[in-house]
Amino acid sequence: MYWKSMNDFLHMGGYGLYVWVSFGITFVSMAIEILLLRARKLSNEKIKDLL
Amino acid sequence: MNLFKYASPQTFYPLAGRLIPFFAIGAGLFIIYGLYIGMLVAPTDFQQGDAYRIIYVHVPAAWFSMFLYVVMAVYAILGLSLNAKLSFMMAKSIAPTGAMFTFVALITGAFWGRPTWGAWWVWDARLTSELILLFLYIGYMSLQAGIDDTRRSDRASAILAIVGVINVPIIYFSVKWWNTLHQGSSINTSGSSMAAVMLQAMLIMALGFWLYSAAVILTRVRREIEDRARATAWLNEFKD
Repeated sequence: MYWKSMNDFLHMGGYGLYVWVSFGITFVSMAIEILLLRARKLSNEKIKDLL
Repeated sequence: MNLFKYASPQTFYPLAGRLIPFFAIGAGLFIIYGLYIGMLVAPTDFQQGDAYRIIYVHVPAAWFSMFLYVVMAVYAILGLSLNAKLSFMMAKSIAPTGAMFTFVALITGAFWGRPTWGAWWVWDARLTSELILLFLYIGYMSLQAGIDDTRRSDRASAILAIVGVINVPIIYFSVKWWNTLHQGSSINTSGSSMAAVMLQAMLIMALGFWLYSAAVILTRVRREIEDRARATAWLNEFKD
């Protein structure tokens, strides 16, 4: 483990904002892609039931 | 063994369905492990401080933004030359994931550029060619969505994908060919300039992003197969 404390980790040597926003945008983008695919699956299943 | 057995949507659909869980679980495990090594174990960088840690998402995203474009273009070529429906569906299913990684590479690049260069954005060769890649993906998807006839939209967008592939080597070699603010490659044919633990974390993240791409693209191609099967079933009902 490189960090001394939780605060140290979150602070990222003064670059916390840049680092955490970057990681946040990356994983939120991936999560949105997964949610959109899930919505498409549900709508395809619904249409299949209707036909 | 018949290599072309899985070239038809009917046989590929269940195969993709069986593969997706393995890719998805693998993606989760590698990304968590990569984040653990990169964020908790790896030391800080003596030049860039902890801002360098953005590399663990920025570089894998940038790699896959380019790699997925090439794969999309290969499927476009296969689709056009073999008249293979599944190849067009694969190309179409790759585009949104490629566009997402391009967007992520650009945004995380801005959040890395600001503390290290003092600028969110500069119009240099690397950044500009990566922005063009985003426009190519958006153009491809718009063309796909803009033409109602599937056969025509597949063919027209495939041509755009193939022509646009010229941009990928331009992105890749831009840091060599032009003077740019962007740093050179950390990994090239002569080896790596990164510390072993940092390189390890970045490669594990890249493997995770690869498995993630496989899982979401196969999921999307299954939805695409469903959509197109429904369209033809609908048509068949009106035949007699």
